[in-house]
Amino acid sequence: MTARLVRRLLASVLVLVIVCAVTFLIFFAVPGKPAELIAGKYASQETLALIEHRLGLDQPLPLQFARFLTHAARGDWGFSYVSQQPVLGTILVAFPKTLSLTFGAMVVWLVIGIPIGVLSALKPGSAWDRLAMVSALVGISMPPYWLGLILLRVFADQLGWFPLGDYVEIARGGVLGWAHHLVLPWATLAALYAGWYARMTRAQMLDVARLDFVRTARAKGLGQVAVVWRHILRNALLPLVTMLGMDVAYLFGGAVLTESVFGIPGVGGLAWRAIRMRDLPMVMGTVLFAACFIVLANLIVDLVYSALDPRISAEG
Amino acid sequence: MSLAPPASALAAPLERETAPHRSELGAIARRLAADRWAVAGLLFLTLLTLLAWSAPWFVPHVLHASAFRLGMMDHIQIAGRTVEVVSADGVPVGPTRAYPLGADLIGRDVLARMIYGARISLLVSALGTLLAVFLGALAGLLTGFYRGAVDTALSRFVDAMMAIPILLLAIALASVLRQGSLWTVILILGLVNWTYLARIIRGEVLALREKEFIEAARAVGAGDARILLRHLLPNLLGPLLVFTTLSLAGNILLESALSFLGVGIRPPAPSWGNMIEEGMAFYRVAWWITLFPGLAILLTVVSLNLVGDGLRDALTPGTHDRSRP
Repeated sequence: MTARLVRRLLASVLVLVIVCAVTFLIFFAVPGKPAELIAGKYASQETLALIEHRLGLDQPLPLQFARFLTHAARGDWGFSYVSQQPVLGTILVAFPKTLSLTFGAMVVWLVIGIPIGVLSALKPGSAWDRLAMVSALVGISMPPYWLGLILLRVFADQLGWFPLGDYVEIARGGVLGWAHHLVLPWATLAALYAGWYARMTRAQMLDVARLDFVRTARAKGLGQVAVVWRHILRNALLPLVTMLGMDVAYLFGGAVLTESVFGIPGVGGLAWRAIRMRDLPMVMGTVLFAACFIVLANLIVDLVYSALDPRISAEG
Repeated sequence: MSLAPPASALAAPLERETAPHRSELGAIARRLAADRWAVAGLLFLTLLTLLAWSAPWFVPHVLHASAFRLGMMDHIQIAGRTVEVVSADGVPVGPTRAYPLGADLIGRDVLARMIYGARISLLVSALGTLLAVFLGALAGLLTGFYRGAVDTALSRFVDAMMAIPILLLAIALASVLRQGSLWTVILILGLVNWTYLARIIRGEVLALREKEFIEAARAVGAGDARILLRHLLPNLLGPLLVFTTLSLAGNILLESALSFLGVGIRPPAPSWGNMIEEGMAFYRVAWWITLFPGLAILLTVVSLNLVGDGLRDALTPGTHDRSRP
């Protein structure tokens, strides 16, 4: 187990290094020099050379990359070319907004998606099941930014129930003000995932319901409620826990579309602007930040599974 | 935001011993034909493709062009009154007989632009998907078959690609590659999407390569290339087909998202995504510019998902009604 843990940890670090390398390479293929971004288009050659020298951009690529990695590992993620602010600090300021969006949406999609899936699985083929699965299908097929615009138009603009975008911190607007501003973004982000979770819950429950131990449980005289709650649901939800971990980790990297429609200053918007401005340190920072969560979630899922199922660790 | 379906949704195991025989293909087709939802999806997609393909023959270019270009200000008749296509305040007409889905801000017909947008959106997504399928199948076959160092290196690379949020990767590529070209968008869709498939195919190959028929092929002297192409690939057609359909749905969404963000298809070329972006700032006065292209995306993606789900069920009889209406 310890050997496996060490091996998996090393593999995760390797994956993060490759992520950095890929991002690094993509951005060094960009025409136009970062120094121009700082000094402006009309700066003299001497100024540009000076800036490049100070940022280490005149050194060979492998050396720059090695320097980036050693600094990043020590928690020094550099400074934004555009705002001149520390990258990690800027990301950490944006992160609570992304967290607010993600966790709120998660509650919404779990509360909507899982009961719908359970009810559908109890009566497969019924009118309710059909309606629920059509709704789920629509949910997963909708462009999220478009749904956001429609919700804004109907609930903010026409009915006036919610504000037109913007983000209010708890410290400024209180919990109610904060939530009031986030209801529409939550609904937008949750629609997609609620659809997936409803479909997955239903499929998992139908799969588990076919297994022998469920038949045994029924045969020994357990009632429908006990069979569904204690036997089917508990086993069907396990894969969903994995899915939830991965999805939430993914969203920690920012929801670019939802954030941009509602003007939420989260990590996704930060990454999006950084890429557009070719602000390399900020791009590296936001991509690495997002990748860390995904790699960590993968690692946890992997270790938990191997702890639960000894066959997996035997395979290596 | 993850636009691609969760890996678990695609990874439904397709257990199969050997390549489908002709009679089995017939059975698969029959099962698919019995699935009313999948047939409806297929029908919609066929109609849409025909409509998009034949657009130049029956969608008059006059409607596609701007009213301004036709003489500064166009007028149409609504209920006996003469109305400007774009009012003096800059508000275009909504859905009327002359403009079934309304006009956009410079007086172009939204329906005509949507049909031309379908041409671009469908073509770009389809070619991007084909590229992803090619790359993913190749990587999956090689890593699963050869294992060893090739497997380790490529699998780590796939892990790394999957650790970068798909939309960020796409935006990053878009800002580096030559912008405004259809081929750029196709390349991006292909490059960000192949990793899921590589994983699925690798898993399938790992299971298949231990089977007796591979051993038998080896025993009669088949080389690696022959085993890969003639024995493994035909057995992977099921997962490939399902992945292609579902990832086409994902790519329609991704292309529209990129165009919406301004890094995909560039105006003046119409794409469903950039039409929504163009109308976004004015959705309060001219809702039709954003509403209808979004509906087109929704219907197309729903249809593709229906067909993909139907295919998966038809290929794995016995485990039907997985997650469909």
